[in-house]
Amino acid sequence: MHFARVIGRVVSTRKVAPLVGYRLLWIEPTDAEGQPSAKPLVAVDTGSYGDDEWVYYVTSREASLPLRDPFCAVDAAIVGKIDSVDRG
Amino acid sequence: MILARVTGTVTSTHKDPELADYKLLVVQPLAIDGHDEGEEMIAVDRVDAGIGDKVLVSREGTGARQVTGRERVPLQNLIIGVVDRVDFLNQTTAQE
Repeated sequence: MHFARVIGRVVSTRKVAPLVGYRLLWIEPTDAEGQPSAKPLVAVDTGSYGDDEWVYYVTSREASLPLRDPFCAVDAAIVGKIDSVDRG
Repeated sequence: MILARVTGTVTSTHKDPELADYKLLVVQPLAIDGHDEGEEMIAVDRVDAGIGDKVLVSREGTGARQVTGRERVPLQNLIIGVVDRVDFLNQTTAQE
C-alpha cells in the first residue's frame, strides 16, 4: 500500500454499474512523512474516508477487491486511514 | 520480490475489514548494494518483523491472497521473510 492525502472529489453520476454508490476521490501520493511525492490520481472511496485525511491505497487488480462487485475496471482504491506512523 | 528495511509501524483503526488484525509496517526498498532506493511503502507483516530488520517483500496480490487465505484482501505488499544474510558469487554482504 502507498501513502496519500485526500485532496478533492470527483463527481460522476453516469458510470459503470459496479461503481454506483461509491465516491471517487482525488488523492495525492505522499512519502511516509506526509509530504507530497507524486502526481495526484483518482481513487475509489470504499470506506467513507474524508477530506484532507491521510490514507493508504492499493493499485492494480487489488483495487477492485473491496467493491461489492470485485470485477470492476478500477486501478486505485483507498483501503485505510493512517492514525500515526511510529519510527520506533 | 525485493529487499527492504523496516522503518516504522503504522497505526490504522479505520480500514478495510479484510485488513483487520494485520500488522502494518513502513518499509524502505533497498537496492542490491543495500542502499535506500525508491519511496517508502506500507506492507503487511506475516513474519513478526521489527523496525531495523531487513526483510523480503512480495509485491503481488495473488500471492498475498494465497498466503493470508483471504480471497478479497486488498493487499499487494507482503513481508514474507526476515533476511539473515545476502551472498553474492564474488562477495558476501552480512546484515548489519
